[in-house]
Amino acid sequence: SSYEHKLNFKKSKEACLSYIQDAMLQKQWERAAEFLTFYVESLEKDYSREHVGPSEMIWRIGTEILCHHSHSSMKEFNCFMEQMKTFGVKRYLKASILNAVCLEHVFHLLCNGQIDEAYQNLSLAESWRFGEQTAIQNKEMKLIQAYRGLLDYYSWSKQKNILLEHGKCLDGFADLSVEQEMHNCFRKAAVNLKEIIKIPGVWDLFVKCYVDLLEFYGDHNEARQVLNEYAYNSKFPANPNAHVYLYQFLKRQGESKKSLISALKILHDIVPSHELMIDFNTMLRKSKKRKRRRLGLEVIFAVLDYAGWKENVKAWSCLARQVKQIVISEKHLGWIKKEWSSRKDWWPAFHFSRYLAKRNWQENESLSYEKALVAGILLGKDCKYFKYVSHQGCKAQVKRFRMLKKFVNRHNPVCLRISG
Amino acid sequence: RDFNERCAQCSEVNWGLTDGGRYYCRSCHNVTERTREVVNTDFMTNSRVQTISKHPRKQEKTGGGCEWYVCEGFQLVLKKQAEALEALGVCPQMKDEILCNFWRCYLQKSKQAYCNRPAGETVKALSVCESSTDVDSEPDRPSILHLLSLSESEGDLQTDCSFASSMSKVSENTSVYSGSVDGSLYLMKNQKEKLRMTMPMTLSFCYMALLWLREPMTLSELLRFVVEGHIPYLNVFRLFPEKMKLCGLDLKIFCVESWPVYEEVHNKMLELAAFLDLPRFPDVTDNCFLHPDMLCIKYLMEANLPDELHNWTCRVVKKIGIGEVDFLTLVPGNKSTRKVKYDILAAAVIIVVLKLLFLLDDNYEWLLSDLAEERNKNNKEGGQYFEFKKWYEVVKHSLDVEQKKLDEERAKYVWRCEKPLFYSVKNKSKVLKRRQMVVNLQNQFGKLSGPVQRAEKPNPSSFQLSWSEENTDCFHGHSLKGILQEKRGLLTAMNPDYWLCTVKLCNERLCGHLAHYREVDFPQSYHFVLRLFSFLLRIQPSYIHDEVCMIEHKLFNKKLYKKLKYNTVLRK
Repeated sequence: SSYEHKLNFKKSKEACLSYIQDAMLQKQWERAAEFLTFYVESLEKDYSREHVGPSEMIWRIGTEILCHHSHSSMKEFNCFMEQMKTFGVKRYLKASILNAVCLEHVFHLLCNGQIDEAYQNLSLAESWRFGEQTAIQNKEMKLIQAYRGLLDYYSWSKQKNILLEHGKCLDGFADLSVEQEMHNCFRKAAVNLKEIIKIPGVWDLFVKCYVDLLEFYGDHNEARQVLNEYAYNSKFPANPNAHVYLYQFLKRQGESKKSLISALKILHDIVPSHELMIDFNTMLRKSKKRKRRRLGLEVIFAVLDYAGWKENVKAWSCLARQVKQIVISEKHLGWIKKEWSSRKDWWPAFHFSRYLAKRNWQENESLSYEKALVAGILLGKDCKYFKYVSHQGCKAQVKRFRMLKKFVNRHNPVCLRISG
Repeated sequence: RDFNERCAQCSEVNWGLTDGGRYYCRSCHNVTERTREVVNTDFMTNSRVQTISKHPRKQEKTGGGCEWYVCEGFQLVLKKQAEALEALGVCPQMKDEILCNFWRCYLQKSKQAYCNRPAGETVKALSVCESSTDVDSEPDRPSILHLLSLSESEGDLQTDCSFASSMSKVSENTSVYSGSVDGSLYLMKNQKEKLRMTMPMTLSFCYMALLWLREPMTLSELLRFVVEGHIPYLNVFRLFPEKMKLCGLDLKIFCVESWPVYEEVHNKMLELAAFLDLPRFPDVTDNCFLHPDMLCIKYLMEANLPDELHNWTCRVVKKIGIGEVDFLTLVPGNKSTRKVKYDILAAAVIIVVLKLLFLLDDNYEWLLSDLAEERNKNNKEGGQYFEFKKWYEVVKHSLDVEQKKLDEERAKYVWRCEKPLFYSVKNKSKVLKRRQMVVNLQNQFGKLSGPVQRAEKPNPSSFQLSWSEENTDCFHGHSLKGILQEKRGLLTAMNPDYWLCTVKLCNERLCGHLAHYREVDFPQSYHFVLRLFSFLLRIQPSYIHDEVCMIEHKLFNKKLYKKLKYNTVLRK
């Protein structure tokens, strides 16, 4: 304040602190650093009575600045940290905070493409020890190790690609060293990645990489176990991707339909609008088992409840095919009826309005075809959508629309039973 | 000085005084048993007496420290301050005579030197090194915490001292911890009747000497030079010689962590003048820098106001008699008269004049300004008429810039210095480690500060705001014609009104102020001019406001008196 003519050490430092905080809020890191140089002498006078003493203030501010300032490096951060350690700041210098800071710095480096530096920093962070707290128990430390593992995976992957490119190359010697290097990376990566995914959490990237490694080296059992754990262990947070990875793995392994279906079923429960649902429906539709076909219908209806799928031709075509089949066979009309009962109040406005009929016809003929088929079956030949589209289609003399019209007219009584 | 005997050894008459107050012969260093008892208060004498450090100084074998007394420390401080003032242009007489004599008089009055040492006060001296083994072992040594609690400043030493707090009395022969011989005793004694010396008081001494000599430096300027670092005050111990070791309780005495406050320094100065039984100070006459007529010129220039306003300040000064030599000259000990703060007084006079001419009610001054603007537009030849609005914009802009700079400077103030201080030897390594860390951190973050350079210490300057006459931004030469009128041969303001800051003055002795200033209660223009002078003098606006009230009451005395009388009549 301008009127503080009574200036003393304490007030002067308080003012200094507020300048630092202002600069930090405005991301003016150089200015913050400048004022910090004037603040640090408050270390020579310790306010042990204050709630947050100057050493902790300096620690917090210093880490912020070092994190964001473009010219700071991990080496500097390390140096800073060593100094602060001598203050016996164990009470608030938790390893987790430090590691979190390190990780942020590493992300920054990775975003800038400085992979090697990121790797060095991670190794450096791993070497930190804080008195009684051993690094192993620390979750954040595991994360650091996991990211290092990830970077090892990345190296492994690069080397693998080199080898594959050379492929049948005659220069075996050069390949050998690359191969050895590759195996080294594999070992390092595997150890670290394995550790992190034991801890409940969302580790999509680590899991994918780890599974990739395992598959390459042929350890499918381990891979399956890892994926199962990740997907089914209740301690882990519900994660749709876990099931996706499992499914993709099972598919690669050529597993039975049964296992594939059970993997996808859970995905359908968690995320009914997932893109894999199309595959799921296709798989189920073709099944001999009635239950599965039933499920298929359920799945495809659920998908189209979501606005994101409204204009997806494939989805509509799946639904259309299935309901058409049911109508032709005249068996299991009850399935459709059941699915339709909860939707008949809102689907007409949602999908089958006259406006949409016009728009779909103009923008995407195939879409309007599939939808018209479904509309005609579910709502009958007199519904707005069907009438408009089929009329337009016939007018345009597109063959399939004439077929469509015939089909719906012929099966109209059945359709009426559905909508009844 | 008044000792004219011949030396027994060399028959010379060339005497000096040891710190013990004894005469010694400067030619042959023969020390006599005679002590000076006569007090001489004639401070305009030309003879010079030198005091030198105690001749046979006890040198400690280890550590290289020596015995020194607290008053010697202060003497050194004063010397350094006087040297700095001389470098700023103050006449050498201040250092060589006046300050010296004041100090010696003080020492005698407070019985710290030049007299028989009071019986029973023997203090065992403790060297820095000796204490390293003894510190904890003495069972009946006084607790340092107890000693510290006697002082009113922050208890920062408490965090470093680990002694249990016991309220035991200090016995006279106990050894206590300080680099100086009598540090503990200094803090302990009931100093009320003896006016214990403190760091702020060194500035009171300086100001008193400046006032005696009627030097062209006001108290606010002096304090500003201190803050800007031109006069040693903060970390003054840096200037102590190596062998004068400062530690323990000395820190409490010599190390300050706050800037001196105008009021405090001024009041102490008055107390000191009375304590020393000084006579009436040399007259402050109307050709003296401190006279309001003179100071007003300076402040009008600095505030970028028209020179013509000076006529008005002189008129006000004359009317209320604050230019009289008896009003302005300091007579120590006279409790009945309100003591004059020359700088604040001059500033307040200017503000009153502005109120007289412009009313400053957030309305009238802008109207006048509009009129002046019209005239200036139509009348390109001839002088510019003073436009309040333009002045306000120009000065406000500069003021805001300078204020912002000042605020940042304050936040960036470096309080510690490279010479570290320890309270105890136990403490030393910790202190040094911290110092090293601070330096490391400063280097580390200094590199990240970018190209910004730390502003160099500003050159000492009497003027903080300056306006070049060639610029259109300078209002010195502008005319007040637009706001004046002639009535019965006398030039008066067109403004017929005046508003008083306060109808009734408070009792300063009871509540410390004549009035109580709150920004929201007053017009913005008034607040602005207060803010301007508050910045220039580096004091709270309320102090200037007090002076303004005081002047107004003198000025409108008759009218107020009449009004009060009228009121009492009504009540009856």
